[in-house]
Amino acid sequence: MVSLSPSTMIQQFEIDYRRRRNKALRVQLISLVLFAAAVFISAWINGFFDTTEVNLPSGERITTWKLWASLPRLGDYIYKTFPVLRLNNLGADLAEWFWRWRVWLQLLGETILIAYLATFLAVIGAFALSFPAARNLSPNAVLLVVSRRYLEIIRTVPDIVWALIFVFCFGVGPLAGVLAIAMHATGSLGKLYSEVNENIDMRPLESVKAAGGSWFQQMRYGVVPQVIPNVISYTLLRFEINVRSSSIIGYVGAGGLGQEIRTAMSLQEYRDLSALFVIILVTVIIIDFLSEKLRHRIIGFESLRA
Amino acid sequence: MLELYSLKKTFGQTRAVDDVTLSIETGQMVGIIGRSGAGKSTLLRLINRLTDPTSGKILFDGRDITSLKGRDLRLWRASCAMVFQQFNLVERMDVLTNVLIGRIAHHGFLSSMARHFTDEEKAMAIRALDRLDLVPQALQRAGTLSGGQQQRVAIAKALVQNPKVMLADEPIASLDPANAARVMDALRKINREDGITILVNLHTLDTARAYCQRIIAMRDGQVRFDGLPQDLTQERIHQIYGTAGLDEDIDETVTSTSVSPRRSTSSRIYEPV
Repeated sequence: MVSLSPSTMIQQFEIDYRRRRNKALRVQLISLVLFAAAVFISAWINGFFDTTEVNLPSGERITTWKLWASLPRLGDYIYKTFPVLRLNNLGADLAEWFWRWRVWLQLLGETILIAYLATFLAVIGAFALSFPAARNLSPNAVLLVVSRRYLEIIRTVPDIVWALIFVFCFGVGPLAGVLAIAMHATGSLGKLYSEVNENIDMRPLESVKAAGGSWFQQMRYGVVPQVIPNVISYTLLRFEINVRSSSIIGYVGAGGLGQEIRTAMSLQEYRDLSALFVIILVTVIIIDFLSEKLRHRIIGFESLRA
Repeated sequence: MLELYSLKKTFGQTRAVDDVTLSIETGQMVGIIGRSGAGKSTLLRLINRLTDPTSGKILFDGRDITSLKGRDLRLWRASCAMVFQQFNLVERMDVLTNVLIGRIAHHGFLSSMARHFTDEEKAMAIRALDRLDLVPQALQRAGTLSGGQQQRVAIAKALVQNPKVMLADEPIASLDPANAARVMDALRKINREDGITILVNLHTLDTARAYCQRIIAMRDGQVRFDGLPQDLTQERIHQIYGTAGLDEDIDETVTSTSVSPRRSTSSRIYEPV
């Protein structure tokens, strides 16, 4: 039998529900206003609304929005980097565009090797630190804080700054580049790995402990099997990022293609810049493609075996 | 003999285990019953030293367990095997390795990091799996097994620990009746054949009656009943589960997980073991 007037319980629920809905709506509105204000203020401070004075062809001088007035100069710059490519003379034109290809290819190899070795070193350091830096695994509070702060500090310094420091210590060359990228990547990977560690199922760990396992054994048997697919995935992702980084750190003398970018920029060889850009772009696309294939294969293996 | 002397464990204001004194003869199979939150799990975890007691003493064959540290503590945990409700296997490792984890306390840093186990240990693990009819699954991933199989892997792992005591924390609470019976049968077999003392937390009264020689009932962290299954009368059960004052008896067939639950009537409220 259905009662026509809802029970007092339901009436009370209706009131509570409406109150909760109204509160949620208020919170959303306030957050939206605060968010919009934050965007506006940062755009303003960062010069998005700056004005500049320009001369019109008529000789008149007007004040206009800087971003709008300066945009054509970006086009000018990009235009300067365009190579001369004619269909009937394509081979020779390409050869002229990539005139230093022997040097560039060699430096590209160096760039990739820098990224590879740096990733390798970063994985070792980050993996070792990811256990004490995980809130749920750390053997004690001091180790937790120390390892977390250490990871934070080394990843806060950008790799280009580490490169400047290491070029000063070890001189110009790829050694400084490897160390610089390894340093920053250790911090980033350590953070990611430790977050993976924090999301594990703690029960297997407890059963290793209940069987008399030490802390290291608990990590080895309770944690590592759970996190390994994520660790591999993040590592491959980091390798891609490291290739991008190692192609620019040569700018400060730490090896790789970056030194050519610097030379081209200071000598105003705009076409060399576009050639280098094409080389880096193609390399990154290839590495992206391969590592994605590899990651999917690993994840695929996992889901098949699970 | 396992002896507990006024064992206490408090979590903040809650007294999870409150002044428990017990003495358990070697080779006994003891069922621990009680409401959720009565302190059954905490009691087992205290004995295995996964949890440290607030006060009190645990003695095993006259040796003080409460003060153990480092390697001695790990070896105690190994000789006091624990079986969990949720099996707690490393699902992504194969069954054999999961069983070999039972040997971990006897390994140093390098051999355990390299997952290196001796041939004798592997033979031991296979024999344990054979006792639980799991040899065909030995190289499968633990996570691919059914719940009942996983729990038997956990028992095989407990066996290779060469334990003196086996603690089982609600080992059948997540299993269907047929698997629950297999797991309980396996525990009883180990208790009888190997003479291993077994303490098992249960929330089904008829399972406790059917398998255990002795029943300990807990409420609010305290032991409220300790005796033979046949002495556990309806009146006692009401006291333990806090249903005193209700007219109706607790029907054990309602919560039973056995395949063919025995009827409990008001005239015949217990089954002799």
